[in-house]
Amino acid sequence: MKTTADVIVIGAGIVGCSTAYYLAKKGMSVIVLEGSNYIGNGGSSRNGGGVRQSGRNPKELPLMIWGVKNIWPHLSEELGVDTEYKQKGNLRLGKTDRHLGILTKLTENAVKCGLDVKMISAAEVKGINPYLSDEVVGASWCATDGHANPLTTTLGFYKKARELGVQFYTDCPVVQLRTVCGTMRQVITSEAVFEAEAVVVAAGFESKPLLDGVGINIPMRKVKLECLVTEAEPQMFEQMLGTAEADFYGHQTKHGSFVFGGHTGYERYAIDYANPSSSSSFASCTSRGIMKYFPILKDAKIVRAWAGFMDECADEVATVSKIDEIPGLYVECSFTGHGFGIGPAAGYNTAELITTGKTPADIQPLRYDRFKTAM
Amino acid sequence: MNDRLRDIGPFVPGRDDDLLICRCEEVTKGEIRQAVHEGMFTMPEIRRYLRCGMGLCQGQTCARLVKGIIASELHIAPSEVEPASSRGPVRPTEMSTLGNEEEA
Repeated sequence: MKTTADVIVIGAGIVGCSTAYYLAKKGMSVIVLEGSNYIGNGGSSRNGGGVRQSGRNPKELPLMIWGVKNIWPHLSEELGVDTEYKQKGNLRLGKTDRHLGILTKLTENAVKCGLDVKMISAAEVKGINPYLSDEVVGASWCATDGHANPLTTTLGFYKKARELGVQFYTDCPVVQLRTVCGTMRQVITSEAVFEAEAVVVAAGFESKPLLDGVGINIPMRKVKLECLVTEAEPQMFEQMLGTAEADFYGHQTKHGSFVFGGHTGYERYAIDYANPSSSSSFASCTSRGIMKYFPILKDAKIVRAWAGFMDECADEVATVSKIDEIPGLYVECSFTGHGFGIGPAAGYNTAELITTGKTPADIQPLRYDRFKTAM
Repeated sequence: MNDRLRDIGPFVPGRDDDLLICRCEEVTKGEIRQAVHEGMFTMPEIRRYLRCGMGLCQGQTCARLVKGIIASELHIAPSEVEPASSRGPVRPTEMSTLGNEEEA
Protein backbone atom coordinates (compact mmCIF):
# COMPACT_ATOMS: atom_id res chain seq x y z
CA MET A 1 0.00 0.00 0.00
CA LYS A 2 1.24 3.46 -0.93
CA THR A 3 1.32 5.71 2.15
CA THR A 4 3.67 8.54 1.14
CA ALA A 5 3.33 11.13 -1.63
CA ASP A 6 4.17 14.74 -2.39
CA VAL A 7 0.58 15.74 -1.63
CA ILE A 8 -2.36 14.06 0.13
CA VAL A 9 -5.83 15.27 -0.80
CA ILE A 10 -8.69 14.50 1.60
CA GLY A 11 -12.02 14.21 -0.22
CA ALA A 12 -12.78 12.83 -3.70
CA GLY A 13 -15.40 15.28 -4.86
CA ILE A 14 -14.94 17.63 -7.78
CA VAL A 15 -12.62 19.84 -5.73
CA GLY A 16 -10.42 17.00 -4.47
CA CYS A 17 -10.37 15.21 -7.83
CA SER A 18 -9.55 18.37 -9.80
CA THR A 19 -6.84 19.39 -7.31
CA ALA A 20 -5.31 15.91 -7.61
CA TYR A 21 -5.52 16.00 -11.40
CA TYR A 22 -3.84 19.39 -11.78
CA LEU A 23 -1.13 18.42 -9.27
CA ALA A 24 -0.44 15.16 -11.11
CA LYS A 25 -0.31 17.03 -14.39
CA LYS A 26 2.50 19.12 -12.91
CA GLY A 27 4.41 15.97 -12.01
CA MET A 28 3.51 15.66 -8.33
CA SER A 29 2.74 12.29 -6.73
CA VAL A 30 -0.70 12.39 -5.10
CA ILE A 31 -2.82 10.20 -2.81
CA VAL A 32 -6.55 10.94 -2.50
CA LEU A 33 -8.37 9.64 0.60
CA GLU A 34 -12.17 9.45 0.45
CA GLY A 35 -14.28 8.60 3.48
CA SER A 36 -17.24 7.10 1.63
CA ASN A 37 -16.95 4.19 -0.79
CA TYR A 38 -17.83 6.44 -3.70
CA ILE A 39 -16.18 9.10 -5.85
CA GLY A 40 -18.07 12.40 -5.95
CA ASN A 41 -20.77 11.29 -3.54
CA GLY A 42 -21.31 14.58 -1.72
CA GLY A 43 -22.30 17.92 -3.20
CA SER A 44 -20.40 17.10 -6.40
CA SER A 45 -23.17 14.72 -7.49
CA ARG A 46 -25.94 16.58 -5.70
CA ASN A 47 -26.24 20.03 -7.23
CA GLY A 48 -28.12 21.84 -9.97
CA GLY A 49 -25.20 21.94 -12.40
CA GLY A 50 -24.82 25.71 -12.56
CA VAL A 51 -21.62 27.16 -14.00
CA ARG A 52 -22.47 30.73 -13.21
CA GLN A 53 -20.82 33.96 -12.16
CA SER A 54 -23.92 36.13 -11.70
CA GLY A 55 -25.60 35.94 -8.31
CA ARG A 56 -22.32 35.15 -6.56
CA ASN A 57 -20.78 36.98 -3.65
CA PRO A 58 -18.14 39.42 -5.04
CA LYS A 59 -15.46 37.59 -2.98
CA GLU A 60 -15.86 34.54 -5.25
CA LEU A 61 -16.07 36.43 -8.53
CA PRO A 62 -12.36 36.76 -9.43
CA LEU A 63 -11.87 32.96 -9.15
CA MET A 64 -15.15 32.12 -10.90
CA ILE A 65 -14.62 34.57 -13.77
CA TRP A 66 -11.12 33.11 -14.20
CA GLY A 67 -12.57 29.57 -14.31
CA VAL A 68 -15.20 30.42 -16.91
CA LYS A 69 -12.50 31.94 -19.13
CA ASN A 70 -9.70 29.44 -18.61
CA ILE A 71 -11.09 26.04 -17.56
CA TRP A 72 -14.63 25.38 -18.74
CA PRO A 73 -14.33 26.06 -22.50
CA HIS A 74 -11.92 23.14 -23.11
CA LEU A 75 -12.72 20.87 -20.15
CA SER A 76 -14.54 18.11 -22.09
CA GLU A 77 -11.58 17.81 -24.43
CA GLU A 78 -9.08 17.82 -21.59
CA LEU A 79 -10.85 15.13 -19.51
CA GLY A 80 -12.06 12.93 -22.36
CA VAL A 81 -15.67 12.94 -21.10
CA ASP A 82 -18.70 14.93 -22.19
CA THR A 83 -19.10 17.53 -19.45
CA GLU A 84 -22.20 18.80 -21.32
CA TYR A 85 -21.02 22.36 -20.71
CA LYS A 86 -23.35 24.90 -22.29
CA GLN A 87 -22.51 28.59 -22.09
CA LYS A 88 -25.92 29.96 -23.00
CA GLY A 89 -26.46 32.45 -20.20
CA ASN A 90 -28.16 32.69 -16.83
CA LEU A 91 -31.52 34.30 -16.14
CA ARG A 92 -32.09 35.22 -12.53
CA LEU A 93 -35.80 35.84 -12.30
CA GLY A 94 -37.86 38.25 -10.26
CA LYS A 95 -41.62 38.25 -9.65
CA THR A 96 -41.96 41.31 -7.38
CA ASP A 97 -40.45 44.78 -6.97
CA ARG A 98 -38.58 43.52 -3.93
CA HIS A 99 -37.05 40.75 -6.08
CA LEU A 100 -35.95 43.31 -8.66
CA GLY A 101 -34.31 45.29 -5.85
CA ILE A 102 -32.28 42.22 -4.76
CA LEU A 103 -31.29 41.49 -8.36
CA THR A 104 -30.30 45.09 -9.09
CA LYS A 105 -27.98 45.14 -6.07
CA LEU A 106 -26.36 41.80 -7.02
CA THR A 107 -25.95 43.07 -10.58
CA GLU A 108 -24.33 46.35 -9.51
CA ASN A 109 -21.85 44.49 -7.30
CA ALA A 110 -20.97 42.04 -10.10
CA VAL A 111 -20.48 44.84 -12.64
CA LYS A 112 -17.99 46.45 -10.22
CA CYS A 113 -16.03 43.18 -10.36
CA GLY A 114 -15.90 43.36 -14.15
CA LEU A 115 -18.70 40.90 -14.94
CA ASP A 116 -20.88 41.53 -17.99
CA VAL A 117 -24.32 41.23 -16.38
CA LYS A 118 -27.35 43.51 -16.70
CA MET A 119 -30.99 43.90 -15.69
CA ILE A 120 -33.55 43.15 -18.39
CA SER A 121 -37.30 43.75 -18.73
CA ALA A 122 -40.13 41.21 -18.71
CA ALA A 123 -40.36 41.48 -22.51
CA GLU A 124 -36.63 40.79 -22.90
CA VAL A 125 -36.94 37.77 -20.57
CA LYS A 126 -39.73 36.41 -22.79
CA GLY A 127 -37.51 36.93 -25.82
CA ILE A 128 -34.82 34.73 -24.24
CA ASN A 129 -37.19 32.14 -22.74
CA PRO A 130 -40.75 32.22 -24.16
CA TYR A 131 -41.95 29.42 -21.84
CA LEU A 132 -41.77 31.49 -18.64
CA SER A 133 -45.02 32.58 -16.97
CA ASP A 134 -46.30 36.17 -17.08
CA GLU A 135 -45.64 36.46 -13.34
CA VAL A 136 -41.95 37.15 -14.14
CA VAL A 137 -41.51 40.94 -14.16
CA GLY A 138 -37.78 41.14 -14.85
CA ALA A 139 -34.44 39.39 -14.46
CA SER A 140 -30.71 39.77 -14.39
CA TRP A 141 -28.98 38.35 -17.46
CA CYS A 142 -25.41 37.15 -17.74
CA ALA A 143 -24.64 35.79 -21.20
CA THR A 144 -21.36 34.08 -20.22
CA ASP A 145 -22.94 31.87 -17.54
CA GLY A 146 -24.12 28.34 -18.22
CA HIS A 147 -24.46 24.82 -16.89
CA ALA A 148 -22.80 21.42 -17.12
CA ASN A 149 -23.22 17.83 -15.96
CA PRO A 150 -21.77 17.51 -12.43
CA LEU A 151 -21.69 13.70 -12.58
CA THR A 152 -19.59 13.25 -15.72
CA THR A 153 -17.40 16.27 -14.89
CA THR A 154 -16.50 14.99 -11.41
CA LEU A 155 -15.92 11.42 -12.59
CA GLY A 156 -13.96 12.80 -15.57
CA PHE A 157 -11.47 14.49 -13.20
CA TYR A 158 -11.23 11.22 -11.25
CA LYS A 159 -10.69 9.13 -14.39
CA LYS A 160 -8.01 11.47 -15.73
CA ALA A 161 -6.22 11.80 -12.38
CA ARG A 162 -6.22 8.01 -12.04
CA GLU A 163 -4.73 7.68 -15.54
CA LEU A 164 -1.89 9.97 -14.39
CA GLY A 165 -1.20 7.59 -11.50
CA VAL A 166 -3.02 9.36 -8.67
CA GLN A 167 -3.63 6.80 -5.93
CA PHE A 168 -7.27 6.90 -4.82
CA TYR A 169 -8.41 5.06 -1.69
CA THR A 170 -12.16 5.10 -1.03
CA ASP A 171 -13.91 3.80 2.10
CA CYS A 172 -10.97 5.33 3.92
CA PRO A 173 -12.17 7.98 6.38
CA VAL A 174 -9.54 10.27 7.84
CA VAL A 175 -9.65 10.43 11.61
CA GLN A 176 -7.08 13.11 12.35
CA LEU A 177 -4.47 15.48 10.94
CA ARG A 178 -1.15 15.44 12.78
CA THR A 179 1.57 18.07 12.64
CA VAL A 180 5.25 17.36 13.22
CA CYS A 181 7.22 20.27 14.70
CA GLY A 182 4.41 22.63 13.73
CA THR A 183 4.36 21.50 10.11
CA MET A 184 1.57 19.51 8.43
CA ARG A 185 2.85 16.01 7.89
CA GLN A 186 0.63 13.04 8.83
CA VAL A 187 -2.90 11.99 7.94
CA ILE A 188 -4.28 9.31 10.22
CA THR A 189 -6.88 6.74 9.15
CA SER A 190 -8.01 3.62 11.00
CA GLU A 191 -5.90 1.43 8.70
CA ALA A 192 -2.77 3.45 8.05
CA VAL A 193 -0.78 6.62 8.66
CA PHE A 194 -0.18 8.57 5.46
CA GLU A 195 2.61 11.13 5.08
CA ALA A 196 3.16 14.04 2.73
CA GLU A 197 4.81 17.44 2.52
CA ALA A 198 1.44 19.05 1.75
CA VAL A 199 -2.13 18.14 2.71
CA VAL A 200 -5.27 19.54 1.07
CA VAL A 201 -8.53 19.29 3.04
CA ALA A 202 -11.38 19.25 0.49
CA ALA A 203 -14.00 17.17 2.28
CA GLY A 204 -17.03 19.46 2.30
CA PHE A 205 -18.58 19.81 5.75
CA GLU A 206 -16.52 16.84 6.91
CA SER A 207 -13.46 19.13 6.62
CA LYS A 208 -14.63 20.84 9.79
CA PRO A 209 -13.76 18.24 12.46
CA LEU A 210 -10.36 17.63 10.82
CA LEU A 211 -9.52 21.34 10.78
CA ASP A 212 -10.95 21.88 14.28
CA GLY A 213 -8.50 19.17 15.41
CA VAL A 214 -5.53 21.36 14.42
CA GLY A 215 -7.08 24.56 15.76
CA ILE A 216 -8.48 25.99 12.53
CA ASN A 217 -12.19 26.85 12.63
CA ILE A 218 -14.11 27.48 9.44
CA PRO A 219 -17.64 28.39 10.60
CA MET A 220 -19.91 26.11 8.59
CA ARG A 221 -22.83 23.78 9.09
CA LYS A 222 -24.72 21.13 7.15
CA VAL A 223 -27.83 22.30 5.29
CA LYS A 224 -29.96 20.04 3.13
CA LEU A 225 -30.53 20.63 -0.57
CA GLU A 226 -33.11 18.75 -2.67
CA CYS A 227 -33.85 18.45 -6.39
CA LEU A 228 -36.37 16.92 -8.77
CA VAL A 229 -35.62 15.36 -12.16
CA THR A 230 -38.20 15.03 -14.93
CA GLU A 231 -38.41 12.51 -17.74
CA ALA A 232 -36.80 13.57 -21.03
CA GLU A 233 -38.74 16.38 -22.73
CA PRO A 234 -38.22 17.94 -26.16
CA GLN A 235 -35.44 20.55 -26.03
CA MET A 236 -37.06 23.81 -24.85
CA PHE A 237 -34.35 26.16 -23.59
CA GLU A 238 -30.62 26.24 -22.93
CA GLN A 239 -30.17 28.84 -20.18
CA MET A 240 -29.42 28.27 -16.52
CA LEU A 241 -32.25 29.64 -14.39
CA GLY A 242 -32.32 31.03 -10.90
CA THR A 243 -34.45 33.43 -8.88
CA ALA A 244 -33.93 36.50 -6.76
CA GLU A 245 -34.86 34.53 -3.64
CA ALA A 246 -32.58 31.64 -4.65
CA ASP A 247 -35.64 29.45 -3.98
CA PHE A 248 -35.81 27.86 -7.42
CA TYR A 249 -33.13 27.01 -9.96
CA GLY A 250 -32.42 24.54 -12.69
CA HIS A 251 -31.86 23.78 -16.32
CA GLN A 252 -32.70 21.33 -19.08
CA THR A 253 -29.96 18.76 -19.54
CA LYS A 254 -28.53 17.49 -22.81
CA HIS A 255 -30.51 14.30 -22.14
CA GLY A 256 -33.74 16.32 -22.20
CA SER A 257 -34.67 15.94 -18.56
CA PHE A 258 -35.06 19.01 -16.36
CA VAL A 259 -33.18 19.24 -13.08
CA PHE A 260 -34.92 21.66 -10.72
CA GLY A 261 -33.98 22.62 -7.21
CA GLY A 262 -36.36 24.31 -4.81
CA HIS A 263 -36.93 25.38 -1.29
CA THR A 264 -39.45 24.24 1.34
CA GLY A 265 -38.20 26.49 4.12
CA TYR A 266 -37.17 23.51 6.28
CA GLU A 267 -33.78 22.71 4.71
CA ARG A 268 -31.99 23.68 7.92
CA TYR A 269 -33.92 21.09 9.93
CA ALA A 270 -32.99 17.77 8.33
CA ILE A 271 -34.17 14.61 10.10
CA ASP A 272 -31.03 12.59 9.43
CA TYR A 273 -27.68 14.38 9.22
CA ALA A 274 -25.80 11.17 8.36
CA ASN A 275 -27.68 10.36 5.15
CA PRO A 276 -29.26 12.87 2.81
CA SER A 277 -32.81 11.70 2.12
CA SER A 278 -35.60 13.37 0.17
CA SER A 279 -38.34 14.79 2.38
CA SER A 280 -41.99 13.97 1.82
CA SER A 281 -43.00 17.60 1.34
CA PHE A 282 -40.29 18.67 -1.10
CA ALA A 283 -41.59 17.12 -4.34
CA SER A 284 -45.06 18.61 -3.86
CA CYS A 285 -43.82 22.02 -2.80
CA THR A 286 -41.27 22.31 -5.59
CA SER A 287 -43.67 21.03 -8.26
CA ARG A 288 -45.96 23.92 -7.30
CA GLY A 289 -43.01 26.33 -7.47
CA ILE A 290 -41.92 25.09 -10.91
CA MET A 291 -45.46 25.29 -12.34
CA LYS A 292 -45.68 28.94 -11.27
CA TYR A 293 -42.65 29.73 -13.41
CA PHE A 294 -43.37 27.14 -16.14
CA PRO A 295 -47.11 26.40 -16.43
CA ILE A 296 -46.35 24.48 -19.64
CA LEU A 297 -44.50 21.79 -17.64
CA LYS A 298 -47.52 20.74 -15.54
CA ASP A 299 -47.79 17.38 -17.31
CA ALA A 300 -44.05 16.69 -17.22
CA LYS A 301 -43.41 13.62 -15.11
CA ILE A 302 -41.01 13.57 -12.18
CA VAL A 303 -38.90 10.39 -12.36
CA ARG A 304 -36.83 10.93 -9.25
CA ALA A 305 -35.99 13.19 -6.36
CA TRP A 306 -32.68 13.37 -4.56
CA ALA A 307 -31.08 15.20 -1.67
CA GLY A 308 -27.63 16.26 -0.56
CA PHE A 309 -25.90 18.38 2.04
CA MET A 310 -24.27 21.75 1.60
CA ASP A 311 -21.31 22.92 3.69
CA GLU A 312 -22.91 26.28 4.41
CA CYS A 313 -20.40 28.90 5.54
CA ALA A 314 -21.27 31.74 7.92
CA ASP A 315 -20.78 34.24 5.05
CA GLU A 316 -21.93 31.77 2.35
CA VAL A 317 -18.55 32.04 0.64
CA ALA A 318 -16.00 29.37 -0.29
CA THR A 319 -12.70 29.01 1.53
CA VAL A 320 -9.72 28.35 -0.77
CA SER A 321 -6.53 29.07 1.10
CA LYS A 322 -3.27 28.00 2.60
CA ILE A 323 -3.10 27.97 6.39
CA ASP A 324 -0.36 30.33 7.57
CA GLU A 325 0.04 28.82 11.05
CA ILE A 326 0.56 25.29 9.75
CA PRO A 327 2.95 25.18 6.78
CA GLY A 328 1.91 22.49 4.31
CA LEU A 329 -1.82 22.66 5.10
CA TYR A 330 -4.31 23.88 2.48
CA VAL A 331 -8.13 24.03 2.56
CA GLU A 332 -10.86 24.07 -0.06
CA CYS A 333 -14.25 23.88 1.60
CA SER A 334 -17.39 25.81 2.65
CA PHE A 335 -18.58 26.13 -0.97
CA THR A 336 -22.14 26.55 0.41
CA GLY A 337 -24.02 24.75 -2.37
CA HIS A 338 -22.40 26.57 -5.29
CA GLY A 339 -19.10 24.71 -5.49
CA PHE A 340 -19.59 22.76 -8.69
CA GLY A 341 -19.03 25.58 -11.18
CA ILE A 342 -16.13 27.05 -9.24
CA GLY A 343 -14.64 23.70 -8.13
CA PRO A 344 -12.29 23.09 -11.08
CA ALA A 345 -10.91 26.65 -10.80
CA ALA A 346 -10.37 26.13 -7.06
CA GLY A 347 -8.53 22.87 -7.81
CA TYR A 348 -6.31 24.46 -10.45
CA ASN A 349 -5.43 27.46 -8.29
CA THR A 350 -4.69 25.30 -5.25
CA ALA A 351 -2.39 23.09 -7.35
CA GLU A 352 -0.57 26.26 -8.51
CA LEU A 353 -0.39 27.56 -4.93
CA ILE A 354 1.20 24.31 -3.70
CA THR A 355 3.71 24.00 -6.55
CA THR A 356 4.63 27.66 -7.21
CA GLY A 357 3.37 29.63 -4.20
CA LYS A 358 1.28 31.82 -6.53
CA THR A 359 -2.19 31.65 -8.11
CA PRO A 360 -3.39 32.99 -11.48
CA ALA A 361 -6.70 34.15 -9.96
CA ASP A 362 -7.10 36.38 -6.91
CA ILE A 363 -8.13 34.10 -4.04
CA GLN A 364 -7.27 36.54 -1.23
CA PRO A 365 -11.00 37.17 -0.46
CA LEU A 366 -11.41 33.40 0.14
CA ARG A 367 -8.87 33.19 2.97
CA TYR A 368 -9.56 31.07 6.05
CA ASP A 369 -8.91 33.93 8.47
CA ARG A 370 -11.50 36.36 7.09
CA PHE A 371 -14.05 35.64 9.84
CA LYS A 372 -14.31 38.45 12.36
CA THR A 373 -16.46 38.54 15.49
CA ALA A 374 -19.58 40.71 15.78
CA MET A 375 -17.74 43.21 18.01
CA MET B 1 -10.34 0.52 2.22
CA ASN B 2 -10.87 0.27 -1.52
CA ASP B 3 -7.73 0.67 -3.65
CA ARG B 4 -8.86 2.26 -6.92
CA LEU B 5 -5.56 1.57 -8.69
CA ARG B 6 -5.57 -2.16 -7.99
CA ASP B 7 -4.94 -4.42 -10.97
CA ILE B 8 -8.16 -5.93 -12.33
CA GLY B 9 -6.49 -7.14 -15.52
CA PRO B 10 -6.86 -5.69 -19.01
CA PHE B 11 -10.17 -4.93 -20.73
CA VAL B 12 -10.85 -7.86 -23.07
CA PRO B 13 -13.55 -7.16 -25.70
CA GLY B 14 -16.41 -9.67 -25.53
CA ARG B 15 -18.68 -11.03 -28.25
CA ASP B 16 -21.81 -9.78 -26.47
CA ASP B 17 -20.48 -6.27 -25.71
CA ASP B 18 -23.16 -4.69 -27.90
CA LEU B 19 -25.94 -6.25 -25.78
CA LEU B 20 -28.32 -3.58 -24.41
CA ILE B 21 -28.37 -3.80 -20.61
CA CYS B 22 -30.21 -0.57 -19.71
CA ARG B 23 -33.11 -0.34 -22.15
CA CYS B 24 -34.35 3.05 -20.97
CA GLU B 25 -31.05 4.82 -21.56
CA GLU B 26 -29.62 2.38 -24.14
CA VAL B 27 -26.40 1.45 -22.36
CA THR B 28 -24.54 -1.64 -23.56
CA LYS B 29 -22.65 -4.33 -21.68
CA GLY B 30 -19.41 -3.23 -23.36
CA GLU B 31 -19.83 0.36 -22.17
CA ILE B 32 -20.37 -0.83 -18.59
CA ARG B 33 -17.38 -3.18 -18.72
CA GLN B 34 -15.19 -0.43 -20.16
CA ALA B 35 -16.31 2.02 -17.45
CA VAL B 36 -15.22 -0.43 -14.73
CA HIS B 37 -11.76 -0.46 -16.31
CA GLU B 38 -11.78 3.35 -16.26
CA GLY B 39 -12.14 3.20 -12.47
CA MET B 40 -15.91 3.16 -11.93
CA PHE B 41 -15.98 0.33 -9.37
CA THR B 42 -19.42 0.99 -7.80
CA MET B 43 -23.08 1.07 -8.83
CA PRO B 44 -23.55 4.81 -8.16
CA GLU B 45 -20.44 5.66 -10.19
CA ILE B 46 -21.52 3.52 -13.15
CA ARG B 47 -24.98 5.08 -12.98
CA ARG B 48 -23.62 8.64 -12.90
CA TYR B 49 -21.03 7.96 -15.60
CA LEU B 50 -23.25 6.17 -18.15
CA ARG B 51 -26.84 7.00 -17.06
CA CYS B 52 -27.84 3.32 -16.85
CA GLY B 53 -30.65 3.10 -14.30
CA MET B 54 -31.50 6.79 -14.65
CA GLY B 55 -34.33 6.37 -17.16
CA LEU B 56 -38.05 5.84 -16.80
CA CYS B 57 -37.78 2.58 -14.85
CA GLN B 58 -35.03 3.98 -12.57
CA GLY B 59 -32.99 0.78 -12.81
CA GLN B 60 -35.76 -1.59 -11.74
CA THR B 61 -34.99 -3.68 -14.81
CA CYS B 62 -31.20 -3.46 -15.22
CA ALA B 63 -29.78 -2.94 -11.72
CA ARG B 64 -29.21 -6.66 -11.09
CA LEU B 65 -27.58 -7.13 -14.49
CA VAL B 66 -25.29 -4.12 -13.98
CA LYS B 67 -24.31 -5.45 -10.57
CA GLY B 68 -23.35 -8.80 -12.08
CA ILE B 69 -21.24 -7.17 -14.78
CA ILE B 70 -19.35 -4.97 -12.29
CA ALA B 71 -18.71 -7.99 -10.02
CA SER B 72 -17.43 -10.05 -12.93
CA GLU B 73 -14.98 -7.34 -14.06
CA LEU B 74 -13.72 -6.84 -10.50
CA HIS B 75 -13.51 -10.62 -9.86
CA ILE B 76 -15.71 -10.41 -6.77
CA ALA B 77 -19.14 -11.82 -5.81
CA PRO B 78 -22.21 -9.76 -6.83
CA SER B 79 -23.20 -9.63 -3.15
CA GLU B 80 -20.07 -7.55 -2.51
CA VAL B 81 -21.31 -4.82 -4.88
CA GLU B 82 -23.51 -2.39 -2.97
CA PRO B 83 -26.72 -1.32 -4.73
CA ALA B 84 -27.24 2.34 -5.65
CA SER B 85 -29.91 4.30 -3.77
CA SER B 86 -33.50 3.83 -4.90
CA ARG B 87 -35.21 7.16 -5.43
CA GLY B 88 -38.88 8.06 -5.31
CA PRO B 89 -41.43 8.42 -6.76
CA VAL B 90 -41.90 4.71 -7.50
CA ARG B 91 -43.53 5.55 -10.83
CA PRO B 92 -43.07 8.69 -12.96
CA THR B 93 -45.65 11.20 -11.72
CA GLU B 94 -46.91 14.44 -13.30
CA MET B 95 -45.98 17.66 -11.51
CA SER B 96 -49.65 18.66 -11.50
CA THR B 97 -50.40 15.49 -9.51
CA LEU B 98 -47.46 15.79 -7.13
CA GLY B 99 -48.24 19.46 -6.57
CA ASN B 100 -51.92 19.17 -5.69
CA GLU B 101 -51.80 17.20 -2.43
CA GLU B 102 -53.26 20.14 -0.51
CA GLU B 103 -56.55 19.98 -2.41
CA ALA B 104 -56.78 16.15 -2.47
